Amino acid sequence: MTERVRIENLYKIFGDSPQEAVRLLRSGKTKDELLASRYVVGLNDVSISVPAGSIFMVMGLSGSGKSTLARCINRLIEPDAGRILIDGEDVTRADAARLREIRRSRVSMVFQHFALLPHRTVAENAEFGLKMRGLPARERREKARRILEVVGLAAWENHRPAELSGGMRQRVGLARALATEADVLIMDEAFSALDPLIRNEMQDELLRLQQVLKKTILFITHDFQEAIRLGTRIAIMADGAVVQEGTAQEIVLSPNNDYVAAFTRHIDRTRVFDAASVMSPAEPIVLSGDGTVVEQRRGGLGPAYATDPEGRILGYYAPEDLDSLSETREPKALLRKDFSAVRSDAKLFEVAPLCRSQRPVAVVDENGRLCGRIEADSVLAWIGNNQTRAS
Amino acid sequence: MFDPDNLYVLPLAEWIQVAVRWMAVNLRPLFTTIKWPVESLLGFIQDTFHAVPYPILILLFSLFAWRAATGRIALFTALSLAFIAIIGVWYEAMTTLALIATSIILCVLIGIPTGILCARSDKAWSVIRPILDIMQTTPSFVYLVPVVMLFGVGTVPGAVAVIVVAIPPLIRFTNLGIRMVDREIVEAGIAFGATPRQLLLEVQLPLALPTILGGLNQTVLMAMVMSVIVAMIGAEGLGLVVLQGLGRLDVGRAAVGGIAIVLLAIVLDRITQAMANEQGVQRPSFLSNFVRLLRLRRTDDEEAPIAARAARRGTAVDDA
Ligand SMILES: Nc1ncnc2c1ncn2[C@@H]1O[C@H](COP(=O)(O)OP(=O)(O)O)[C@@H](O)[C@H]1O
Ligand SMILES: [Mg+2]
Repeated sequence: MTERVRIENLYKIFGDSPQEAVRLLRSGKTKDELLASRYVVGLNDVSISVPAGSIFMVMGLSGSGKSTLARCINRLIEPDAGRILIDGEDVTRADAARLREIRRSRVSMVFQHFALLPHRTVAENAEFGLKMRGLPARERREKARRILEVVGLAAWENHRPAELSGGMRQRVGLARALATEADVLIMDEAFSALDPLIRNEMQDELLRLQQVLKKTILFITHDFQEAIRLGTRIAIMADGAVVQEGTAQEIVLSPNNDYVAAFTRHIDRTRVFDAASVMSPAEPIVLSGDGTVVEQRRGGLGPAYATDPEGRILGYYAPEDLDSLSETREPKALLRKDFSAVRSDAKLFEVAPLCRSQRPVAVVDENGRLCGRIEADSVLAWIGNNQTRAS
Repeated sequence: MFDPDNLYVLPLAEWIQVAVRWMAVNLRPLFTTIKWPVESLLGFIQDTFHAVPYPILILLFSLFAWRAATGRIALFTALSLAFIAIIGVWYEAMTTLALIATSIILCVLIGIPTGILCARSDKAWSVIRPILDIMQTTPSFVYLVPVVMLFGVGTVPGAVAVIVVAIPPLIRFTNLGIRMVDREIVEAGIAFGATPRQLLLEVQLPLALPTILGGLNQTVLMAMVMSVIVAMIGAEGLGLVVLQGLGRLDVGRAAVGGIAIVLLAIVLDRITQAMANEQGVQRPSFLSNFVRLLRLRRTDDEEAPIAARAARRGTAVDDA
């Protein structure tokens, strides 16, 4: 995966002489010490790397600097030190004209409270970025219509934002951001102002769109559940600094400190961990094309899976059948087929119901090859959190 | 002993006399330059109002009230103006209206750009704000003194005084309106690459318009009040009717002038207030309405069918 956005050692200080404050921070002074000299630390040495086509989540409590970070990327807020690279171009060095160009065609933004123009129609709002770019009226309207169709608002193009519900308004906000065809999307708490049900719906919608559009999204949220649901990677911020960065599973499994642990404590682990994280080795019995046993590594208890030489599952042998396996000439005749299979990236909430039946559960990769097996016990063990497991 | 008349009197009056005489002589070109646009515009509007037969003018004003406000206000406008004509002060009322119209046009042309400047630059606002404070705390009556000293007497100096008194609310409200625009919406404008000019025209002015029109309403009322007061420095119109009536102890005549003034004031207030309120509930394009009312430029018809339709209805009045 190529890197699209890279942020290197970014600082932002609110105060009279930020350069002085940056020097103090670099020399090891803390945020509180700086606050005493009337500097508010917005960002403290933030470095992140966002791969093209991923949803990168920035998560943290209110005041942790998330919005400041988001607004530095298109320089709604001027950073005081550090670099912001978009496809290798340093945004912090862009002059006013180049910066406008970047805002019009490289980076677009979705806002928490939608930030639509109340006196303009849905279509006019959607085409706003294109109008700023100076596109002729007909061309930009055509594009806006296409995007409105994508977000499901084609019928509303001549209505005003006030006539729409919150979720629909944010779809307009999304349409406005997508219309410019910018490949980087900044979404600052884009769904935080919506009702929980609508929020879920919008999250699904975003994931659906993302499958097709493959934008590079920097998504700001204070909701860890949302971060888990949407994000490929998550950066957790506190006091203007990134305190941990990784996949949801990495963060839940080994939080760096109490601040991070506090977020992970109450989340639904069945939606974080996947089959791959709970499975044990399959140790299959490999049968050749004519049905003879090629390889038998298995020593443990429980059912034994049999695969062809390519690794595709043929069935399984019950423990009581294993003994007769060495005597029979027709190993395939003893195969049982009543097993379930799940993809290795299926989340535990999808896996758990399969464990309820008495059927064995096999794990397969995206090509349908066996890669592990799941015991009901291990699913249970992973659902409990770290603290309870230790006690 | 403590009688103030016994004290030495500071010769302030003489100093000012000398200073003003110096300014009047040496800065004459400046004051003529200031006077010129006021004089030309006033002359043009006044001649037009006086030349058009009054039934036609009543019709046009009512049509304008209908478009800018509501049918009820249009009816009220028609009845009030007809009454003014019947009681025999039509000519004077048109002089006053021309004075007010001139002042308001110039207030808008000066006040809105000044307000925009104030909204964009804290430095400009910190300079202009105390000036506005002084202007608004000074009783309007007192303005007559420097105006007479620098511009002389008559209707044109009267218009200058009206402008000076009426302009502060418009500057204040324009500044306030722009500064109050939702921060996130302004951010959105910038985030999508708006130039400062695009931001002003597409985002800030349209969203500030209800507030600006609220300021315009106050400016119109101040202009109305001041247009009567300037009768004291020789401006013609309804104020002069009242003043002369009082001077001759002709209470009837003074009352006729007064009634006409009140009716005119109510009409102007209703119309401008309705304009401001109408902007509060979101209607087609703020800007196109605004532009159409100020007759600055036509709206770009291709932009939005709805806005364009509304604007076309408006321009039809202008063309009539
Ligand atoms: N314009 C500003 N002036 C001073 N301090 C600010 C300004 N904007 C943000 N801050 C401060 O910077 C910190 C981070 O703010 P922000 O990025 O908005 O946090 P978040 O979006 O995570 O809630 C907060 O302490 C906030 O008070
Ligand atoms: Mg925020």
